[in-house]
Amino acid sequence: MKFLKYILTGIAFGIIMAKSEAISWFRIQEMFRFHSFHMFGIIGTAVILGIIAVLLMKKFRLNDFHGEPIIFTDKNSGWRKYLFGGIIFGLGWALTGACPGPIFVSIGYGYLGMVLVAIGAVLGTYIYGVIKDKLPH
Amino acid sequence: MIMVVLLYFGKSFGFSSNLRTICSMAGAGRRVKFFDFEWRKQQWNLLFLIGAIIGGYLSNTILATDEPMKLSAATIKDLQSLGIVFSGALNPEQLFGLQSFTSFKVICLLFVGGMMVGFGSRYAGGCTSGHAISGLSNLQIPSLIAVTGFFIGGLIMTHFLFHFIFSS
Repeated sequence: MKFLKYILTGIAFGIIMAKSEAISWFRIQEMFRFHSFHMFGIIGTAVILGIIAVLLMKKFRLNDFHGEPIIFTDKNSGWRKYLFGGIIFGLGWALTGACPGPIFVSIGYGYLGMVLVAIGAVLGTYIYGVIKDKLPH
Repeated sequence: MIMVVLLYFGKSFGFSSNLRTICSMAGAGRRVKFFDFEWRKQQWNLLFLIGAIIGGYLSNTILATDEPMKLSAATIKDLQSLGIVFSGALNPEQLFGLQSFTSFKVICLLFVGGMMVGFGSRYAGGCTSGHAISGLSNLQIPSLIAVTGFFIGGLIMTHFLFHFIFSS
């Protein structure tokens, strides 16, 4: 059960992402061309629900199911890494139509080309780790 | 919703951390400090990743429907002019199907694209789930900057670089 709940949450995530077509390369293209509200609707709904959920959790100081308080860590300050990293991510996102989550959902869906994207993503992460200290943050 | 469930489990929602974990598991921690952390604490996230793969598989097997996706006509037309065919499926076969392994150009595109996703998400400290969903939900300014970056990069790729990449 300790492990199962994460796998089940992952399965739910995978099904939601696939069925909402958020893993679709075409949908990402449509989004970047501003031809449809589809993706903006999905992300927008998630954010609005998320904001409400986070506010409620903070207001009522909810505990997680271990009984520990739920902690929201603030992101580190600075802007360079967010902007530069974000732009590089965006280039890859539009090209492959996938952010890290959907890459793996797509592999399960049967798009084996995504395995290459996944290998690239792991390698890209590795390269970041190697040259991290030489980058502006 | 998924984010709320994970918060309830005492975790935070961010998918790209898995990529770092995989590097560490492969032993990168011995050579590079960034990967020298206790990846066992991140095991839950890897289980989530395995679940995501299973979820994708289920979506296209027992939960599969024959209904084609309804992509906007304008996008179909734009992509057609770039030589990318829309067949009603989620992803273009020519890029992600088995045949993608037969084209050197496609292999490079997928690989380089993946590298940018991996590099960029770690540099920015998160991806769509970590910044756009978790970060914005918690009203984090850095996440807003990152998401702006995601769109700058995405728009450059779509409206500018695509013409060079896909015009053959």
